[in-house]
Amino acid sequence: MTLVVVGASLAGLRAVESARRTGYRGRIVLVGAEEHLPYDRPPLSKAFLGADGPTAVEPLRTEAELRDDLGVELMLGSAATALDATAREVSVAGAAVGYDALVIATGTTARRFPGTEGISGVHTLRTAEDAAAVRAGLDAGGRTVVVGAGFIGSEVASAARGRGLPVAIVETEKVPLSRSVGAHAGTVCADLHRAAGTELRLGTAVSGFETGGGAVTGVRLDTGEVLPADLVVTGIGVGPATGWLEGSGVHLHERDRGVVCDSTLYAGAPGVYAAGDVAHVPNPGFDQELMRLEHWTSAAEQGAAAARHALDPAAARPLSPVPYFWSDWYGHRVQFVGTPRADEVVVAVPAEAGFTALYRRDDRIVGALTVDRPRDIMKYRRRIAGRAPWQDALAFAAASREVAA
Amino acid sequence: MKIEADRAKCDGLGMCEAMAPDFFEVGADGTVVVLDESPGEEHREDLAAAVDACPVLALKLLERT
Repeated sequence: MTLVVVGASLAGLRAVESARRTGYRGRIVLVGAEEHLPYDRPPLSKAFLGADGPTAVEPLRTEAELRDDLGVELMLGSAATALDATAREVSVAGAAVGYDALVIATGTTARRFPGTEGISGVHTLRTAEDAAAVRAGLDAGGRTVVVGAGFIGSEVASAARGRGLPVAIVETEKVPLSRSVGAHAGTVCADLHRAAGTELRLGTAVSGFETGGGAVTGVRLDTGEVLPADLVVTGIGVGPATGWLEGSGVHLHERDRGVVCDSTLYAGAPGVYAAGDVAHVPNPGFDQELMRLEHWTSAAEQGAAAARHALDPAAARPLSPVPYFWSDWYGHRVQFVGTPRADEVVVAVPAEAGFTALYRRDDRIVGALTVDRPRDIMKYRRRIAGRAPWQDALAFAAASREVAA
Repeated sequence: MKIEADRAKCDGLGMCEAMAPDFFEVGADGTVVVLDESPGEEHREDLAAAVDACPVLALKLLERT
């Protein structure tokens, strides 16, 4: 019996750990495109970018722990290039690795802004190398322009301001994050940027880059204006890393080519399950809404479940997670639980008291966003998981408002 | 079984409270409060889930010797 896990980040690591925890004693092969042992990504856009932050990325487990304690064969620095779901083989670095059970956890890759290849000073932020490059740019103390007002870009802006550097964010939408958290909450997020001295260019597109000697010197906007820049970080989204699965029979989503699973993470080919950022999974807790979550907690939970289910499909059970993510901006903590797809969004606590927005679908609470109310967020999560009535969530918000944030 | 929470590591993200609300809560200072440090064996599954769910790996379950 061989379990192959393709993808050596959090979901892949949790897959091999859970396989051993369930008592599986067969062969495990962990395949990773990056050279690194599995490491934690959330700090890359947070503490790692700070002037006094850690300078090295620590692996989540040492090589000895993986090889000796967990008995994992490591194939790092070599991406899987193809899957043959009939022969049950994964192609890795020209070799065929056979499997009985397979976990797909290849995650996503950051989308590059077209035409930026080869311009120094322009970076995405996904890997440890990306983070080191962005950090070096911040260390050099230049003018920073962030393209895309998503969570990663916002954290980069926060790091720049934390060092006292000038920073601008360019975003095509009129309200940042409106697709992730809705317009109300997006407006509050925009205010956090402005209050910290970050310049926001909303409803504005980037038309190109100015360079000198191969390095970026400015970002050209569709208004014709040029923002001077020594460091540019593009946070314009990611795409599932599934090129190796094209033509394999595993069902890929027509929009973004993510792996389409059922609610047990089964990917449609015998023995094949998927986990983490790569996987579209219908969520029974939210009317079977198909969710592809790029969150730490879902990568951890799905990774562990995918290995259990791949090893023992008869015991596979639907997962019904409540999505959760957090982001740290300028010393403020933004937290979100549930889904923003709602019939109505209500501002339950105004921004002066640490903001709370609640999201209603039918007669239940399905989502909550808070800013600087860390004691409240899991109380909402519990209500969302328990399909609590909307009035109950509103009553809790009203009561919590009386308590200092 | 004993719960050990590293409060210096804790970032107050609250996943422990989500997994095992009878044993963990985010406190007034934004870090974890352990509500019962020596839980009974019957809670092992929830507590293990809380340990696994911690994004900063601040929790441990220690076996009593």
